Amino acid sequence: MFQASELNLRNKRTESLYRTLFLVMTLLLILPVLLIMGTLIMKGASAISWEFLFGYPKDGMTAGGIFPALVGTIWLVSVALLVSVPLGVAAAIYLNEYAGENWFTRIINLAIINLAGVPSIVHALFGVGAFVIFFGFGTSILAASLTLAIMTLPVVIVSTRESLRAVPMAFREACWNMGATRWQTIRRVVLPNAVPGILTGVILEVSRTTGETAPIMFTGAAFFLPFLPESVFDQTMALSLHLFVVSTQVPNVPDNLPYGVALVLIGMVLLMNSLSIALRMYLRGKKKW
Amino acid sequence: MVSAATAVMGGNGTETAAPKIAVRDVTIRYGGTPALSGVSLDVREHEVFGIIGPANAGKTSFLKALNRMDMFTDGMKVEGSIEFNGRPIDRLRNVYALRSRIGVVFPLPVGLPLTIYENVALAPRLGGMRNKAELDDIVERCLIRAALWDEVKDRLNSLGSLLSGGQQQRLTIARALSQQPDVLMLDEFSIAVDPVTTMRIEDVLKELKHELTIILVTNLVQQAQRLADRTAFFLEGECVEVGKTSDLFEGRVQDSRTGDYIEGKFG
Repeated sequence: MFQASELNLRNKRTESLYRTLFLVMTLLLILPVLLIMGTLIMKGASAISWEFLFGYPKDGMTAGGIFPALVGTIWLVSVALLVSVPLGVAAAIYLNEYAGENWFTRIINLAIINLAGVPSIVHALFGVGAFVIFFGFGTSILAASLTLAIMTLPVVIVSTRESLRAVPMAFREACWNMGATRWQTIRRVVLPNAVPGILTGVILEVSRTTGETAPIMFTGAAFFLPFLPESVFDQTMALSLHLFVVSTQVPNVPDNLPYGVALVLIGMVLLMNSLSIALRMYLRGKKKW
Repeated sequence: MVSAATAVMGGNGTETAAPKIAVRDVTIRYGGTPALSGVSLDVREHEVFGIIGPANAGKTSFLKALNRMDMFTDGMKVEGSIEFNGRPIDRLRNVYALRSRIGVVFPLPVGLPLTIYENVALAPRLGGMRNKAELDDIVERCLIRAALWDEVKDRLNSLGSLLSGGQQQRLTIARALSQQPDVLMLDEFSIAVDPVTTMRIEDVLKELKHELTIILVTNLVQQAQRLADRTAFFLEGECVEVGKTSDLFEGRVQDSRTGDYIEGKFG
């Protein structure tokens, strides 16, 4: 009944060829990840210990732990989030819920895209000029975190706007028709349903901020500090800068130490990412429409 | 408001009562081209006012104009005058109050992503009601009147958006009723609803018209025939004619296009 023609057979061969090609490409993608993780674990795992995580650097940073850097990174990321999340979410709410499509919002959108494209070293220099010098914060957690916040703002805005957009327009219209104001509609219907998306975006943002080095190295992160920061006006060590320092700036560092630092850094990022994925899966299961 | 006391219950409208909604020479535009032009008609208290017509006739735009939804719709402009209870709605200080007096039911049921209870309690809450007992009472009453109570009374805390289409549509009616509206506007409510539920909702509407005024946009001419006291025929952005439903359906039309549409010759 169904005699395969020469053309059929050729199509079938081409089909399997392309399928294999795409599969190989996909596998190639995983390769760098595996290599990086493998190298880090092989060379760095021996450095990880209780003392490494919770101790202070010793002997000109060639021994001891990374505790101040770990705490410093948490400080920097937290303060940056405290600034960028409220600002970014508010801006996204305005853009998506209040502003219409006009020249004003087009300019703002353009600004956001451009802000996202600014290289991190330029952000760093801006941070020095604006926060360290002009506002007089000095090199401090505050200046560094504000620099990080400005850098991450576009991503917070864009991811929040996407999650707001994902809430069907019909919900808003139903609410408006009941006599609700825009804000009542946002608070009661739009935001509760956008929160999962916003949270996911924020966590991904955290993982990116964790690794940033350039924006903080001139604005608040220190080469070596034998104590923990006490307020946002202190300088601090940070994991990312510490990795740079022990890899390139300090002589006679044992081989496994930089790898250990990198492993902790990437561990933090992966932890954040898996949290974000788990959260997204949990909230997707609770999807309400 | 003045006329409310003298209005005749049960429909068929006396000519003497002041109209609930008076529309004069209303033109609605999106950008340049009018979606509806030069419409003048009255909606009387306690009547079911049907609007029939094919797609793109301007029916939905008309409802939006009555509710001042042009405020939320980019590019929508309404010219002419619309009076609600004798007050011009384009000069209201508080359009939110106007909208809360008008309940709207959409073609596709919109169960808000809240629990069934919250769906119905939302409008009173927006109006500032906090008392739990009062809210409970409103929720129960509205769900009963929308003929949904028996099906959902044991799961008021499950999500409204997960009900079946027909149930969601009755939920939206309950939600509209929870606003304690003067006017209920239904825009092709039966599009996504099975025939049995449609009949149940129609029975609900027949009950409701004793308490409020109903504007029923429908693409089913028989539905207008079953429910409407008076009917308007919209065609391509024009209000062709308004008449008693019985007149229109018994051939006493002023414009032959109305008769053709009702007999199913086009549209």
